[in-house]
Amino acid sequence: MPQPNTAKFRIEVFYKKSDPRGIAVRDKFISLGYSIKNVYLADNYLIDIDVDEKKIKSAAETLVQPVTQSYSINKPYNPENFDYCIEIGFLPGVTDNISHTVRESLEDFFKKKFDEEKSVFYTTSYFFKGEFDKDIIASIGKELYNPLIQRIKIYSKEQYASNNGMGFEIPVVHISESSGVDSVDLNLDDEALQLLGREGIANSDGTRRGPLALDMISMNVIKEYFHNEEKREPTDIELESIAQTWSEHCKHTIFAAAIDDDTPGGIYKSYIREATARIRKEKGDKDFCVSVFTDNSGGIDFDDDYIISDKVETHNSPSALDPFGGAITGIVGVNRDSIGFGMGAKPVANRFGFCFADPEDEVPVYKNKSEDSKLLSPRRIMEGVVHGVNAGGNTSGIPTPQGFIYFDEKYKGKPLVFVGTIGLMPKKTAGRSSVEKSALPGDNIIIVGGRVGRDGIHGATFSSEALSSGSPATAVQIGDPITQKKLSDAIVKEARDAGLYNSITDNGAGGLSCSVAEMAKECGGFVVDLENIPLKYHGLSPWQIWVSESQERMTLSVPDNKKDEFITLMNKRGVEATVIGKFTSSGRGIVNHKGKEIFNLKLDFLHDGLPKRNLFTEKNDSPVKFAVFREPEDHNEVFHKMISRLNVCSFEYISSQYDHEVQGNSVTKPLQGKGRVNSNVSVIRPLLSSSKGVVISQGLYPSYSEIDPYWMAACSIDTAVRNAISAGGSIDHLAILDNFCWCDSNNPFRLWQLKQAAKACYDFAVAYGTPYISGKDSMFNDFKGYDENFNEINISIPPTLLISSIGVMNDITKAVTIDFKIPGDLIYIIGNTGDETGGSEYNAFMGEKEQSEKFIGTNIPRVNAELSKKIYKAMETAINERLAASCISIERGGFAIAAAKSAAAGILGCEIKLSGIKDNDVQRNDILLYSESQGRFLVSVNPSNRDKFENIFKDLPCHLLGNVKKESSFIIEGISGKKIIDTDIREIDYNYKKKLKKY
Amino acid sequence: MAKPETLVLTGYGINCEEETAFAFSTAGSNARIIHINDLIENRKILDNYQILVFPGGFSYGDDTGSGKALANRMKNNLFEEINKFTERDTLTLGICNGFQVLVNLGLLPILNGFDGNAQAALEYNASFRYQCRWVDVMIEKDSPSVFTKNIERMHIPVAHGEGNFYAPEEIIEKIESQNLVSMRYIKDDGSRANSEFPFNPNGSMNDIASICSPNGRITGMMPHPERGMFFTQRDDWTLLKERYLREGKDIPIFSDGITIFSNAVNYFK
Repeated sequence: MPQPNTAKFRIEVFYKKSDPRGIAVRDKFISLGYSIKNVYLADNYLIDIDVDEKKIKSAAETLVQPVTQSYSINKPYNPENFDYCIEIGFLPGVTDNISHTVRESLEDFFKKKFDEEKSVFYTTSYFFKGEFDKDIIASIGKELYNPLIQRIKIYSKEQYASNNGMGFEIPVVHISESSGVDSVDLNLDDEALQLLGREGIANSDGTRRGPLALDMISMNVIKEYFHNEEKREPTDIELESIAQTWSEHCKHTIFAAAIDDDTPGGIYKSYIREATARIRKEKGDKDFCVSVFTDNSGGIDFDDDYIISDKVETHNSPSALDPFGGAITGIVGVNRDSIGFGMGAKPVANRFGFCFADPEDEVPVYKNKSEDSKLLSPRRIMEGVVHGVNAGGNTSGIPTPQGFIYFDEKYKGKPLVFVGTIGLMPKKTAGRSSVEKSALPGDNIIIVGGRVGRDGIHGATFSSEALSSGSPATAVQIGDPITQKKLSDAIVKEARDAGLYNSITDNGAGGLSCSVAEMAKECGGFVVDLENIPLKYHGLSPWQIWVSESQERMTLSVPDNKKDEFITLMNKRGVEATVIGKFTSSGRGIVNHKGKEIFNLKLDFLHDGLPKRNLFTEKNDSPVKFAVFREPEDHNEVFHKMISRLNVCSFEYISSQYDHEVQGNSVTKPLQGKGRVNSNVSVIRPLLSSSKGVVISQGLYPSYSEIDPYWMAACSIDTAVRNAISAGGSIDHLAILDNFCWCDSNNPFRLWQLKQAAKACYDFAVAYGTPYISGKDSMFNDFKGYDENFNEINISIPPTLLISSIGVMNDITKAVTIDFKIPGDLIYIIGNTGDETGGSEYNAFMGEKEQSEKFIGTNIPRVNAELSKKIYKAMETAINERLAASCISIERGGFAIAAAKSAAAGILGCEIKLSGIKDNDVQRNDILLYSESQGRFLVSVNPSNRDKFENIFKDLPCHLLGNVKKESSFIIEGISGKKIIDTDIREIDYNYKKKLKKY
Repeated sequence: MAKPETLVLTGYGINCEEETAFAFSTAGSNARIIHINDLIENRKILDNYQILVFPGGFSYGDDTGSGKALANRMKNNLFEEINKFTERDTLTLGICNGFQVLVNLGLLPILNGFDGNAQAALEYNASFRYQCRWVDVMIEKDSPSVFTKNIERMHIPVAHGEGNFYAPEEIIEKIESQNLVSMRYIKDDGSRANSEFPFNPNGSMNDIASICSPNGRITGMMPHPERGMFFTQRDDWTLLKERYLREGKDIPIFSDGITIFSNAVNYFK
């Protein structure tokens, strides 16, 4: 008789010949310095179902590739020789996609349903042969698993034999806590009330449930509301729900707060929203915005019949804890911002952006004063995050053409993981506007997709807190892209066009508590019966069900006469759909549980009760490390080192593992030219029957922030706009998105920086006429912990503003790539080059070279929007007349890096004379080479188009510098006419690609 | 002559159905996308079609091995219907994940009739990494595949984590001797890739990119012709465009991949 919590069957699947995964694992550990001979793997399925024992053999055969694999049932796999076996499986309740698939396959095979909670579990066994003792194998184990989501078991060969394999235990969820509803007494003194807000509701044993992230002012407003208006104490579910709704994550309290006496409207209203409003007004008939700020994504016109949507999110804190889970949940989550935009936009492209510390930095950092609390190393975070977006994007069938990576040691405490999704939606579906959606009183509240577990509880309030040792592991989730793919297809490819619902939204932060309450704004109220919500496992408290952030769920508003048709369609597509209540017009939100009312709040209070804060800023001149150094003598050496720096070099290994060709919509690729060089802009063709394209890019300069946040933001906008122009975009049909990732945002100095950046956001968006259509902020990216000697440290990210751009181009056949095309072509630099190396990659390099620490400097680039706009218009004309054979926007690393990239991409040499850069007062070659002055392009032009091209730029800075060469030599002559860089494109290619190749 | 009817399967994580259907329509077929569950519910549907396509994607998330779970679903529910369909004068195409399904279903290689047993495998890439890149393939002249007729070589993208073709010795001998390899990976100069990365992107045995049935009516391929049917989908189109402009030539609309689909449509003419 099997004991409780053990499976009846353990099926182990392993390779008959050499296991390719084993080789990969072995090679990885060897590269990390371990001495390993061999690794074998087994996939283990622990199956607890009541079926004929004879039939389990045929069922097992369906799990095996018979040509390459073999299997055993209830008999441990014994590879020829091994010293240790490490088995890794999930902790109870963690999303396990493989088990889900296997259960579905078994149900299909046996033609009966099995218990979703307890029937199938998956583990992997690694059999290691090599030279190691217990400690070494333990450290190998640590490298293989993440204790927040997984469990590990290590047996020596002897233990494996004596225990007859790794055993039959299965991680069934046991929750012993009460599933009732508690009333929370708010008759507390200030200190106790503050503690309640900070650490959460107390359990009966004195432990706390986790942060509500409600400050004293909010707690007092809540107390007043319940005591004066409701004349009772709140229930736990009410308090948790208010905390979710009022969280920084959902309400953006800092962006909404009045800031100083001169900006009572706050940052969002006064700078971001106001910029868009003004631009739209100024554009008049030519306004291309369709939906801004109000929905899950922002939307602009694609053509007369279609809308293109875009949204960029961050998933920083979860990615710090579980990089794979955090990143996959992030990308799959932002896909739902497309599916939940309007009546549902089909995701047509993903974006990514990662800010990490140097992956070679092995110096440990700890969350608290114990060895066990070590943060994952920058390398593990990078590997996990890169893999997470791979798994999420590729599996969902959404191309990922555009992204960036950026490195700085200040991201060591918290990485930044940006993820975005672009969607396509017809303007009209089922005979009505696709963007105007409204839940109607009497509509059914239906949730579709995944079930609810404890995962992701307090995700919204968690994001309002700095990362420290109290961070709840339940904030970690793992995405399930296939469940979401089924849901997505059923909605955007079928139910939407059949007109089966009145409104739809995503279940993201705050789970149902936010999505239902948010949709209820459209009609005025809701009643939910909590026991109808399908659960992953038993034992959840009502408040947990209500705020859980379990993934892959959408909430819809479905009228009675469409309800059956909707549910039937979902079920046919393998998607679970459940009616959980009704939308009303009562003005109140009500939640019942087993016949008892456990939540009854005024919607007005829930949505607008949050007291508005008034924040104050304070300017503080931060010390600047001056960058005083001489022009280097050996320019060749500096050049090759510059091109191999983390912030300049190739990330081909990421671009080629992210499918950017699926949907057949790729026009210009992430890797361009025969030389496969990363481009900072991509073009897609989201509708194969149209010749229009969508241009996507971005800009960010965290290294400028501490010098001058105003010009940092200006440069980010200029770069995002300029990059889009360089590929064929039009400034007349270009929108932008803002993602502010800040640090320590209660600090008046950080708020001053924020306000400066926001002011520039207004000024330059208006100057270019590029409206914001959507944005997001993440304000507390700080880490408090201990260094390698257990001394306290704080690591805050540099204030990071990501500006993403999205535009429409009329004719994709006019798109331009960065690679030099034909020998003999003329090379031009467009735009002015100034002495603007402050915060540049070059200063960082020279500082590290001369003083082992980055130089910063003061003279960061400024943006002359009036001139740049003229240049961008002219470039648009040149591209439209097909006069630019190649075009690259000059970004981080400056002119020399741009020239190197165009040459390496085209696998063609060139000869360039810096003396051709006229009308400027820069006297140093190194500054001409590496200054990051904005508003510049490097273009190659067919000599027979010379007059036409120069004529377009006749009153603008446009300098002929040299030629593309057939030979592989790459030559730059300095101001005085001396060759200062004389190298070969093969050497450039090698140095450009070597840094991240091994990952 | 009536247009042939093409059924493009979808569901459970298949994700290339729309562009694949678009390719067949562009080539002159009526193409319909049908969910596997609708096919299981109404098995007769297949009788109305001449071309059956298993498109690319991530059916069941590749869990338990790519293409396996979807092959099981077909076997458990549609074995007879598939058998009947392939016995008629019809065409069956599997692209990428669709090829993996055909292999696990026992439809490719198919040396002794359809019995539902796999005789080969598409294993993890030798790089153990998902590879999205453009490759060159040569078409085996003696291959009976209907889809690759009159093509010499193609520039075409691949995107997969498990495309490493493997078959036991006795099987590979039969595949080779019966000319069932329809595409092989090659270098720029036209010579065989000889397992060299990145020309052979996955380490495939004998540089195999595609195989077919002895009657040529069933073909599976790792490359994605639907992602290389238009000129502007190519990774080198901006360079070619520049050359064409200077030579005074028109910029083409189509690229190599379209022929795979037009061959299928022309088979019924």
